[in-house]
Formats: sequence, C-alpha cells, structure tokens
Amino acid sequence: MTMVKTENERRRSSMWFRFHVDVPLMLAILTLMLLSVFVVYSAGGQNINMAIRQMFRLGLGLGVLLIVAQISPFFYQRWAPHIFVVGVILLISVLLFGDMGKGAQRWLNLGITKFQPSEIMKLSLPMMMAWFLSKYTLPPSTKNTFFSFCIIAIPTLLIAKQPDLGTSLLVASSGFFALFLAGLRFRILFGLIAMFAAFLPILWFYLMHPYQKQRVLTFLNPESDPLGSGYHIIQSKIAIGSGGFQGKGWLQGTQSQLEFLPERHTDFIFSVFSEEFGFIGVLLLLAVYAFIIMRGTVIAIRAQEGFTKILAGSLTLTFFVYLFVNIGMVSGLMPVVGVPLPLVSYGGTSIVTLMASFGILMAIATNKRLLAA
Amino acid sequence: MRRDSYHIQDHSAESNLFAQRAVISLFFIGSLMLLLIGNLFYLQISSYNSYQTRSNENRIKVQPIQPNRGVIKDINGKILAGNEPTFSLEIIPEQIADMDKTLAEIGEIIQISDEQIEVFKRAIKYRRRFKGMPLKSKLTDKEVALFSVHQHRFSGVSIEARLARHYPFGDYFTHGVGYVGKINKKDLQRLDDTGQLKNYAATRSIGKIGIERYYESQLHGITGSQEVEVNHRSRVLRQLSVTSPITGTDLHLAIDVDLQIKAKEIMGDNMGAIIAMDSRDGALLTFYSNPTYDPNLFVNGISQNEYSKIIGSKDKPMLNRVTQGQYPPASTIKPQLALLALDKGLITKDTTIWDPGYWRIPNIEVQRRFRDWKPQGHGHVDLLTSIKQSCDIFYYDLAYRLGIDNISEFGSKFGFGDYTGVDVFEESTAIMPSRAWKKARFKEVWYKGDTISIGIGQGYWTATPVQLAMSTAILVNRGKIVEPRLVTGITKNGVYQATATKHRNPIVLKNDKHWDIILDAMYQTVTASDGTARKAFEDAVYSSAGKTGTAQLFGLDEDEEYNVEDVAERYRDNAMYVGFAPYESPSIVIVVALENAGGGGSHAAPIARKILDLYFGLGLAGKRDLTNTIPPVDTNNDNG
Repeated sequence: MTMVKTENERRRSSMWFRFHVDVPLMLAILTLMLLSVFVVYSAGGQNINMAIRQMFRLGLGLGVLLIVAQISPFFYQRWAPHIFVVGVILLISVLLFGDMGKGAQRWLNLGITKFQPSEIMKLSLPMMMAWFLSKYTLPPSTKNTFFSFCIIAIPTLLIAKQPDLGTSLLVASSGFFALFLAGLRFRILFGLIAMFAAFLPILWFYLMHPYQKQRVLTFLNPESDPLGSGYHIIQSKIAIGSGGFQGKGWLQGTQSQLEFLPERHTDFIFSVFSEEFGFIGVLLLLAVYAFIIMRGTVIAIRAQEGFTKILAGSLTLTFFVYLFVNIGMVSGLMPVVGVPLPLVSYGGTSIVTLMASFGILMAIATNKRLLAA
Repeated sequence: MRRDSYHIQDHSAESNLFAQRAVISLFFIGSLMLLLIGNLFYLQISSYNSYQTRSNENRIKVQPIQPNRGVIKDINGKILAGNEPTFSLEIIPEQIADMDKTLAEIGEIIQISDEQIEVFKRAIKYRRRFKGMPLKSKLTDKEVALFSVHQHRFSGVSIEARLARHYPFGDYFTHGVGYVGKINKKDLQRLDDTGQLKNYAATRSIGKIGIERYYESQLHGITGSQEVEVNHRSRVLRQLSVTSPITGTDLHLAIDVDLQIKAKEIMGDNMGAIIAMDSRDGALLTFYSNPTYDPNLFVNGISQNEYSKIIGSKDKPMLNRVTQGQYPPASTIKPQLALLALDKGLITKDTTIWDPGYWRIPNIEVQRRFRDWKPQGHGHVDLLTSIKQSCDIFYYDLAYRLGIDNISEFGSKFGFGDYTGVDVFEESTAIMPSRAWKKARFKEVWYKGDTISIGIGQGYWTATPVQLAMSTAILVNRGKIVEPRLVTGITKNGVYQATATKHRNPIVLKNDKHWDIILDAMYQTVTASDGTARKAFEDAVYSSAGKTGTAQLFGLDEDEEYNVEDVAERYRDNAMYVGFAPYESPSIVIVVALENAGGGGSHAAPIARKILDLYFGLGLAGKRDLTNTIPPVDTNNDNG
C-alpha cells in the first residue's frame, strides 16, 4: 500500500480524505444501505433475522470498501493483466469443476467457502481494459479496438456459458464502456450496432437457451402466460402500479406481504419498494442513484490518469447498467434478467463486489498524482 | 510507479476527449433514467386504478356462506328434518396429484371403508369443479384429532365442520318429508336454468324427493358472502367484511309423529299406504307408504350396495304408494257413481234392482256374465243396500246406463286421473279412463263392455290413495274441493304464518239432498248390521262412515314384470277402505290401501279403525284450530 502525496493541501488536510473516503459518495451509499435494511425486512416477510443478515453483509461490504479504498489505483494498474488472467482461469475452472446451482454452473467450491469468479471479472475486466487502453494514445487505434473486443469477449462468453446472462451482460458492458470512454470511434460504434442487429437471429436460434428465449417471449407478452412464466412480471407490475403516488406504506404492501410477488427480497425488491413507498419514493430512490452516478462521473473526470479515468468511468457506468436492467426488468421494460437492485437487494456476493468497486472509486478520488498541468 | 513503456501522450487532448465522452454518457444515462421514470409514472400514476384493482383481486376473495336449511316440523313442533353439526373429511380433487395414493395415506390415519371410497369416486364425477367432496362424514372426535395432527401432509384435504341434514325419525317419514342428497349435474343444470345457481355457491345438498324437493327454494335460504384476504396460496388470512346468509324457511306439517309411528306399526309387513287428511282444509295428518327406507342413507351419498338393496327390492320401497301407488279404486268409488246416477235422474233413493248374482249386457249376442262378489246375489237391492253391502250388479247396471262419458267427466271432477296438487312432485295421475284416453293409449275404440267393470272401480280405472282421500273429502264437504297438502304453515324470519288451503271450483248438484243420501249410506256401511265395515268399527266411541273396496290385480304397475314365483301372493286381492269421522261434523278422512292383503272390509277397515281410534284417543281431533287459517286460494287454473 502506497500513500501518494497529492497537490491539494487543503483537501489533504481533511481527515476523510486521509482515510480515502469520498464523503458525498459515502453518504449516498449509506443512505441506500439504510434503506436496504428496511426494505429487506419488509420483503422478507418481516423476518428480523433476514434484516440482521443483510446488515452484516452491508457491514462486510463497508469494510471491503474501506480496505479497497486504501489501495492505490496504480497497484491495480500494475496487476490488472495478472488479475485478469487469473480471473479467466477461474472462469474456465468453474465450467470444468464448478458446482451446479439453480441450473447454472456459477460457483467454485474452495472447501471452506464458495464464490463466483464472475464477480471478480466485474472488477477485473474494467481494470484490464483501462490498463490496455491507457497504454496507447487515445482514442484507440482500429487494431487496439479489435484487441479490446477480444479482451471483452473472453470473460463474457465464459460467463454466458455458465449460463449467467445477467452477469455476462454487466461484464460486457463494463468493458464496452471503458472502450467508449476511451474514445471508441462513432464509425465503429455504429458499425458494431449494425452488426449486433444482424447477429441477433444467430443469437436467438443457436446460442440462447430455451429458458432465456422464454424470458424474452414472456417479456414481449407477459399476459400470454399469466400463471406460468408471465406470472413474475405481471405480479411485479401490479405491485408497482398499485403503489400509486404515495405507496401503501412500509410493511403494508399486499403484493409483497401476501407473497404474490416472487423473488421479493432479491431481484424484485424494487417492486416491493415501489408498492410500499409509491412514485414519490421511487423518485427519491432514483435521485440517490443519480447522485451516485454523477459523483462517480465527476471522480472519473477529475482523475488525472487515463487508467483511473477509464476505470472510474467504466465502474460508474456499469453501476448504472445494474440499476437500469433491474428496474427495467421489474417494471416490464426489459426481459427478466437476473440482476439485483444495486446495494438494496438481499444477497452477499453482489454487495461485496459493488462495495469493492466503490472502494476503487474512492481510491481514485483520493489518490491524485502531482502532475504538471 | 508509472510504467516506463508509456508513450508520450497529449494529456489535455485525452482529458477533453474523456470529458466529452463522459458528458455523452451522462446524457445517455439521463435519457434512460427519464425512460424509467416515464414508465414508472405510467404504472403508478396513469394506470394506478387498474393496478390497484388487480392488486385487490389478488388478495380479496369473495366466499359464499351457506345458509342453514329450514327445518321441517310436525304438528307439535317435533323436528322431522333437522340440521346436525358434523365434521367431515373433504377433498378438493383438483388439488390432489395422485388420488389413489392420497386415499391410501388417509386410510392409514383414519379408517376409510372401500364403500366410502367408491361413493367418493363416483360423486366426484358429478360435482362442480374446485368444490370439496366429502370422503367420510360424521367423523368422531378421535378421528378429527388424528387427522388434524397429520393435516400438514395433505394439501387439498381438510376437515370441514358443517351442518348436515338429519332425519331423527329415520324411515318413518321418508315418502312425505323426502330427503336431501348431494347436488349432481342434473340438479346443477336445473339450478342454472332457473337462475338459482349463484345462490347455491356454498351449498352441497339439495332436496331430492318429497317436501325437501318440493319446497327446496324456501328451505334453502339465501346464501351470504364474506370478503376475505388471502395469500398467494389462497389461504384465508382474515375476514374483511361479511354479509350473513339468511336461514331457510321452516316448514310445519299437520302430520303427527305419534300417529305416523302407530301407522307404521299397524301396517307391519303389509305393503300399501295409509293416509289421513283433515277434510276441512286438506292438511295431511298421516302420510305413510310401506315399505319404507332410511332417508339418512342418502344425505352423504349412498353406497352402490345400499342403493342396490333399496332399488332392487321387489317390494319397491322407493315407490311413494300414497301418491304414486296406482290401485284399482274398486268399490270405494261406488258412492260417487251412485251420486252421479242420482243427479242424472237415472235412479232415486228408492229405485231397486234384482241381483241374481250376475249381470249381462242387455241386447247383445255374446252373453258374458259379470259376476257379483256374492255368488248367490243380493236379491232386491236399493241404493242404500248397494253401498253398505257393496253390491256389484247395481253398479254394472248403473255404469252401463251412465256410459263412460258421464262417468269419466264426473270422476274427473272428483279429482281422478289428475294430480291432486299435493305438495310432493312424486305424484301419479293414475287413470280415469275415457274414450279419448283409450284411443290414445291403445289406439282402440271404447267398447260397451269396457264400461261395465268401471262401475265397480276396476277395469282401466286406477287411483292413488291421495286421490281417494281427496274424492272422499269432496263427498264429506258436499262438493267443496280442497287439495291435499303436507305443509300447513311456515316460519320465516321467526314469524309463523299459516299457508293457504288450495281450493277448486266446487261440484254443484241439482239437488243438495243427494249428498245426504250418499253420506248416510256410507254411515250405514259402518253402522248397519249388514254393513261391510260394521265389524271393523264395532263399539267405536265415535261416529264414522266409510266404504270398503276389494280389487284383484297382478301388480301395481302396468309395466310390471310377470314373475312366476310371486304370482301366488300377488293374485291376492287389494284391500281398500275410505272413511271419515265424526259422521256429524267430519274432520278427518282416512284411506287405507293394502296390496294383496284380502278383503277391504276384513283387512283395510280394521286398520282404518285403529288409526281413527288413535286420532280420537290421542285427542288430535280438537287439536287443529282452523280459525286462523288463511283464506283459500283458488287453483282452478293451475291444478296439474
């Protein structure tokens, strides 16, 4: 761990700054964490044990954040390729030796604990991309753009193979955002979009699993199968819609309390929140998220190095993808993809990964190299 | 820290590029955020009402509440059909994956007989979807406790506390009171056709025969409802609101339990019917058909075995002999024929004929002899003698002279060949023969010879005991016609109300004295030394009048099979008796019909005597106070 002197003496003098804590970001995160405990308690059928476990997880996440924040971003820069390679190896071993769970092979059993290597990749790929892109002049050359796509493709495909569509989507977008922020040429961008459109039929007919196709079909017309695969999304929309402007009140959401809503405490926790706190609550929640994203963007812009800029930007944008995919999914804008609501959903791994990425953001915000500028 | 391999870069250009891209990203994010918010606005604000409704539809279910069925009581308020709280084990078949396995598992906990399983399996074929079906009824406390312990293993199986119909007197009142059984597909169709299906949403049983069926709509009551909050497993969490059901109407009969019990005792093994009726308002005091069966067997579904026993019996216990037994009325209708002849002026009180023991149709070549029951004949016979001695020759001659058209028309006025309007649906019109009837039935013209045996109430003529009671009451009432009925009052919402007697246009004679002549002849039948019923009514402490009848037949039904083994017994005469008492101011009409018992005077009349003895002995004669009776209702336009 290396402490680096910064140019800003005034800010340096702040105690928070010294401990690598970005106060606005931290306040926003703490707000979400506090909210999470209350919503999880409600969504979990008013199970106090569940709320306590969530508090522990959040506490653990907070610890991870603070630790990660103390690590210099340049440590990651140096080790980015190595971490990436290890991550890829782990992903391959998951496919070879991993434990099955809910029809997918995502977990690696280490004897004492199980973990998902795909979570590492959520952080490792942005680092790898930032490392690779910042080695060369920006915007990246066509050749480097091509290499970048190769780097993105490897973990994305490995995760998609598990299959874990949600995570592979998040990982792919984190890599893509890095490329975009680094100045990916619009010509190539639009070309890629066109290619992707052409690729869709192949994806549909050859690559997607039947259950994934079913999700898409259900998304397009959930009412066609109200008791089957459309049930989740219909019940979720009823929960959100019946919340109205003011909401039914904390612990008063009938859709969630009477268990009409599936996956209440995990992927569909936003529906619980919307039902109980209404449109006004939703606006406030989105305001907090928007604040985090803006703060992340500010940190990225203020960062002095290509690596830290790209990494901070990529992590921030990926955070938005989390948010958009989850809310879009539960409110019927997107197919059901297993992505939790960041920092609110009940669940260990995603919280720790997210907190680690905020730790990195704070490290970037508080580790500024003296540069002639 | 910086890697040496770094190229010299234009730092500020790169920063600008990055800032530019970051701003583009923020714009992009901002528009997606607006998309999310717009969609949420659409869901929560624009479509709020619709989703609010759907949310309530999810959690609020309206459940029907079964009303308590009205009870049926006798004249003293004794319950003939009541409701008994029972626990039954019910299964909703749609919630059971493997029925045989579930039944076997239940069988390990509480004893379920093969018969119960068979009844259950048959019943679920004919029931409404998603309705529980009882597997075992009348669970003991121990069985309830045993199953409750294992309840968690059985989803779709539950113990339900219900009020079940119960007939405390068993088989004594089956044919009149009837019974309820499970609602089957046919019942459902009928309820649907009459728009009552909704009111039966919580009801399992429906009246199948007797009063239970006739007064179904009144007995049933009005189904209530409750709004309950349920969870996603449809488990009820709490009641939100309730509309109480309205208990069905209680029905009061004029039937006396004690008299009915005696009637059954007196009947013993005889097949037939005893009917006692208040001649003043048609209220039935005794309504007994023998043999009978236990209505309680049907309430929870009868097993195939039990059902076969009842339906397969050659004694036909399910036949309601009071209203469906079609017997030749035999000599019991002689008073009516004599009355017709008097009124037509064919005879007078003093007209006599010569009875040599047989009679021939005048002026006809085929000389068939119609015999009198008394082989040597009665000698000189006048109207009085013809009735008290039941002379057949007198009536062969009268029938011949009256002709079938007159007899048929007059018989119809006395209610023969038509429904009496008694309040059970199981009624037969029997047959009042006529030219038109024979043409329709046999595609044959009416022969003069057909008319002769009509004169003694045989041939094609058949009548049900309830028709005989009605026609006797018409005589007693001198032409006034009241329809027989079981229900004489109702209690609705706690208020008792007598029900109206149903009247028809009276029979008006040219001379009212003719009634007296006939009634006197019937009195003489009982009291005169040579009356056919004198012996039976010897030393009676009350005055009464009547007419005996004896008829030959093979069986009850025209389509009944000829069974060699039964012939001997079935050749025996049917014994009939119609009577009324007290003679001076009649209040009771009695009809006894016994199948294959022998002579009316020797077999039926003594039974009538015993019933009348009880009627007066138990003090029932003065019991019915008719001063509060509702004005009669004219039913001329809806009899049938």
